[in-house]
This record gives sequence, C-alpha cells and structure tokens, in this order.
Amino acid sequence: MRDASPAKTYALHIGVIVLLFALNFVLPDYHQGLFARIMALAVFAMGYNLLFGYVGLLSLGHAMFFSAGLYGAGLTVYHLGWGVPEAFVAGVVCGALLALVIGLLALRTSGVAFMIVTMMFAQAFYLLILYFAAWTGGDQGLVIQQALRVVSIGGASFDLTDPTVRYMSALALFAIVLFVTLAVVRSRFGRVLVAIRENEERTKMLGYDTVANKLAAVVASGAICAASGAAYALLFGYVGSNFASIQYSILPLLWVLLGGAATTLGPLIGTLFMYYVTDITSGFTSAYLLIVGVALILLVLFAPKGIMGSIRERWLGWLP
Amino acid sequence: MHFGPHLLLAGLEGLVTSAVLALTALGLSLVFGVMRIVNVAHGEFFMLGAVLAWAISTAISGHPAIGFVAALVIAPLLVGLVAFLAEWLVLRRLNYNPESTIVATIGMLYIIQQLALTFYGPEARPVEPPFSYRILLPWFGYSGYKLSVVAASAILLVITWLVLTRTKIGLIMRATQYDRETAQAFGIPVERVYAGVFAVGAMLAAIAAVLIVPISQAHYLMGQDPLLLSFIVVIIGGLGSLRGTVVAAVLIGLSDGIISMFFSPTLAKIIATLVVAMVLVFRPQGLFGTAPR
Repeated sequence: MRDASPAKTYALHIGVIVLLFALNFVLPDYHQGLFARIMALAVFAMGYNLLFGYVGLLSLGHAMFFSAGLYGAGLTVYHLGWGVPEAFVAGVVCGALLALVIGLLALRTSGVAFMIVTMMFAQAFYLLILYFAAWTGGDQGLVIQQALRVVSIGGASFDLTDPTVRYMSALALFAIVLFVTLAVVRSRFGRVLVAIRENEERTKMLGYDTVANKLAAVVASGAICAASGAAYALLFGYVGSNFASIQYSILPLLWVLLGGAATTLGPLIGTLFMYYVTDITSGFTSAYLLIVGVALILLVLFAPKGIMGSIRERWLGWLP
Repeated sequence: MHFGPHLLLAGLEGLVTSAVLALTALGLSLVFGVMRIVNVAHGEFFMLGAVLAWAISTAISGHPAIGFVAALVIAPLLVGLVAFLAEWLVLRRLNYNPESTIVATIGMLYIIQQLALTFYGPEARPVEPPFSYRILLPWFGYSGYKLSVVAASAILLVITWLVLTRTKIGLIMRATQYDRETAQAFGIPVERVYAGVFAVGAMLAAIAAVLIVPISQAHYLMGQDPLLLSFIVVIIGGLGSLRGTVVAAVLIGLSDGIISMFFSPTLAKIIATLVVAMVLVFRPQGLFGTAPR
C-alpha cells in the first residue's frame, strides 16, 4: 500500500538530507555544533526505533550498545593508537557482537521480562566499565586528544575537531543510516518484522522463523547504535561511563516516542525537538530531568504515536 | 578481628539490608502481582519516604524518638497519597498497559527525583535514631537500633501476610490478582483495589526508607540501589509470591553484605545483576515460583 508513492518517499528523504546539508552554511557556530551532536544521536534513536518501532521489542538497555561503540572506538584510539576508520569499524563490530550475545539470551524472554533482562545486562555492562576504571577512566571518562582524531584519506587529511568536517561527518553517517533504515523497512525483512510486531504467533504459523528475524533485528539495531556511539567518541572526543547509564537507555526511547515510533524520520524529529526544548528551557531552569519526566508522561497519555506518527495518521498516509 | 566475628558482623549487616529490602521488594511484588505492571518509580517512593522523614524529624523538636515516630507515621501516608494521585491521574488512564505504564513510571521517576533535588538539595542528611543503645557482644558492640529494624520489618511482613491470607481485603486483592474480569463481574471495585494496592506498595517502600534513614542518610539519589535490588529479589523470588520475596530478600541481603565485605562492592553487584538476568532468561518463574498458568 505504501509502495504507491516511492517517488514521494525518496524525494522527502533526499530533501531532508539536502536541507541538513544547507543548514551547515546558515547556522551560527553554536547551533552548528548542536546539530552535529543531534544528528549523531539521531542515529542512536534510529537504531533503537528499528527494534522498538518495527519489531515492537521495548529494550531498556540500549545504552550498552551505544557505549560498546563508544568504548570500542574510543579505547582502540586511546590505548592502541588506531586510526579513525579502523576504530569506527571496531566500535561497530563490538556493538554487533554484544547485540548478538545479548539477543541470543534476551530473546528467550518477552514482554516485561525482556525489558528487565535488557536493563540488567546494561547495568552489568555499566558496572563493568566502572570496575575496569584503569582502562576506561571510570566515571571520569577519557578525553581523546585532537591529534588522534585526524583522518588522512589519500593525500588529504581531515581534522574531526573542525566544525564543518564534524558536521559533514555526522551528516554522512546520518544519511547512510537513514537510507539503510528506509531500505530495510521497505524490504521483505522489514515487513516480516512488522508482522512479528502485529502478531508473532500468526507470523510463525505462516512459516517465518520469527526468532531468527528478531535476532537479526537486534544485531542490526545494536550495530546502528554502536555506529552512533563510535561516531560520538570520535567526533566529540570524549568517552565516559555516564553514556552507559540507564539514562542513556531511556533517552532513545523518549526521542523515538516523541518523534513517532515506526517512522523513518521520527527519530531525527524527536531528538531535535527534545534537544532544543532542553536547550531553551535550560535558560530558565536547571530541572532538565523534570522536563524529560513530564514529556514521557504526556506522550504516553496524549500522543502515543508521536509527532510523525500523528502526521501520518491525520494527513500523510504514505509516510514511511 | 578473626574471621568468625568478621563473618558475624557481615551477617548482621546483611540481615539489616535483608529486612529493609524485603519490605521494599514486597511493595514492588504486590504491585506487580495484583496490577501486572512494573513500577520503575518504586525506588523514588523509597527516596521520598527518607527525605520526608528527614523533613518531619527536623521540624519536630524534643527527644529524637518523638520526631522519628512522627516520621514513621506521616511520611508513609504522604508517600501513599502521592502514589494514589499518580495512579489516579496517569496509570488508570493508560488502562494498565504494561509498556505504557513502564514509560509513565520512568517519567514519574525523573519528576520525583528532580523535585527532590530542587527542594531538598544534593546533600546527604542524617536522621537521629530514636534510641542509641549498643548491644555488647564478646567481640564488638552492635547497634541495638539496627536489630530493632530487623524486628520491625519482620513484624510488618507478618502483618502483611495475615492481611493477605486472613482478611476480606486480602481475599479481594487475591481475587483481583487471579482474574481481573471475573472479580469485576462479582462486584469487586477493581479500580479502587488497584489504587489501594499501588498506594500500599509505595507506603511499604516509604516505611522501609524511614527505618533505614537513621543508619544511612537521606539523599535524592538513594532510590536507585533499592529499585535494582528489589527487582532482583522479586525476580529471584518469583513474581507475586510473598514467601519467595522474603526468602530471596534474605538470600540477596546476606550475600550482598558478605560479598561486599570481602570483595569489591562493584564486583558483587556485577555478579548479582548477571545472575538475575540469567535466572530471568532460563527460569522466568523465579527460583521459588511455580510455572505460570
């Protein structure tokens, strides 16, 4: 049904990327930095959305995949002196492997038990980071020096601390993940995932291996979140244990709920919206968590479909 | 000190932890058992109890025992009221959908925590114990107050058990837990039962917090550890089983006390968390629970 307008869909997504590209030259310095951060974290939200929105699995432990990428990239650069591309790949591989192990265990449960199991594993991961403070820097974290964050491709070298290079790197990652997500949700695999969300028993009865499909979704989601973490470490030069704490498992849930679960652009909208709400209100109050809390409750009470979900329901039925 | 007395001290400390943990976890277990929802804000009700206990006991002058008793009565009632309002304003409107209620209680967690930080501040503040009698053992003196916490908690657990198994209120609660719709068909006001259970669950956590606050201080982040430990206890003990909850609380409290005395507390927590995750994966009904119907 949604295949009726693939041209409109692609035009919209390309339009968003072009808009973000153009914003680089218009935005003041402060907002340029904020947007780079938002795009890197929107990738985290997209990874979360793949599992929560499309498969309907609510995880409370995605901070472990994000921080697996963060530390996978950060520690290889910091301790082993790896280059930026190798470190990024190391981060993604760490996240994917962790997701494979966690998926194999956690998918034996469902519903509330799945949430608690993922939360417990994430908590153990967080405590492990604190326990090995000698290497990870514990709750102080590690700062990755500017010299370590220079990529040289061919003859040219790019300094990731330069605002424009940083913005464009974040945009590149965001664009790649956006189109990968779009391709996945329009593919056969994506439709099986939605079928599992709607009725797992029936999907199984139709002959699909639901466990294998769910495991693939967990690994893909973990790898995307790890890519976000790895990018975050390399672009902003800091790794710390607070990125592994329970709060960073809740934030992607909030961003996705706000933007609209099971929509491709929802994660970006949610992250953008929440970041700016926090940024604007921080002028009046330091009660950042209060806003997060009130937003969560209002969302589940009055707008469970989120911004993009509501737009799709009211006006634009073709929105992916 | 030799190994034996050292172990005894660790055991006593573990027993105090177990006593408080059993009460807190019982609250979580009741809410999960009857309402089938996971209350992530449970630890914040615990924290709220401790912070209110500090506020009440400092507001009342005179002998510390007067302030403490006042706190023990008023703080849980206030926390119960907050929980009742939260149930009435939010959870009821979500129709107790498990996933929405988790998200909503996460929201409550942040709101309560931030309000505590704003109005109470980031300091840890002590509450004076109602009496300071020391029991002299041959190897070391031990706080009489700590032992009275264990006794008080045991009495409260017995009362809860009696209410659940021997009274009409308990019967109504068990009927609602067993089959919500049939209970409603028999004229049980299910919504009122849910509101009451949610409030009582929060009050149990608040009582536990008032009892522990003379030993460990009141702090706005103190709800996190009890929440995690309560989850662990409820899972190990089997969801919704009172006996399992108490046995698991003693087991976790003692092993936590003993392991943290001889090894790193972080390592103890890592092991406990992983063990619990594995229990939930391979034996979802808990170690003491029976297979679900």
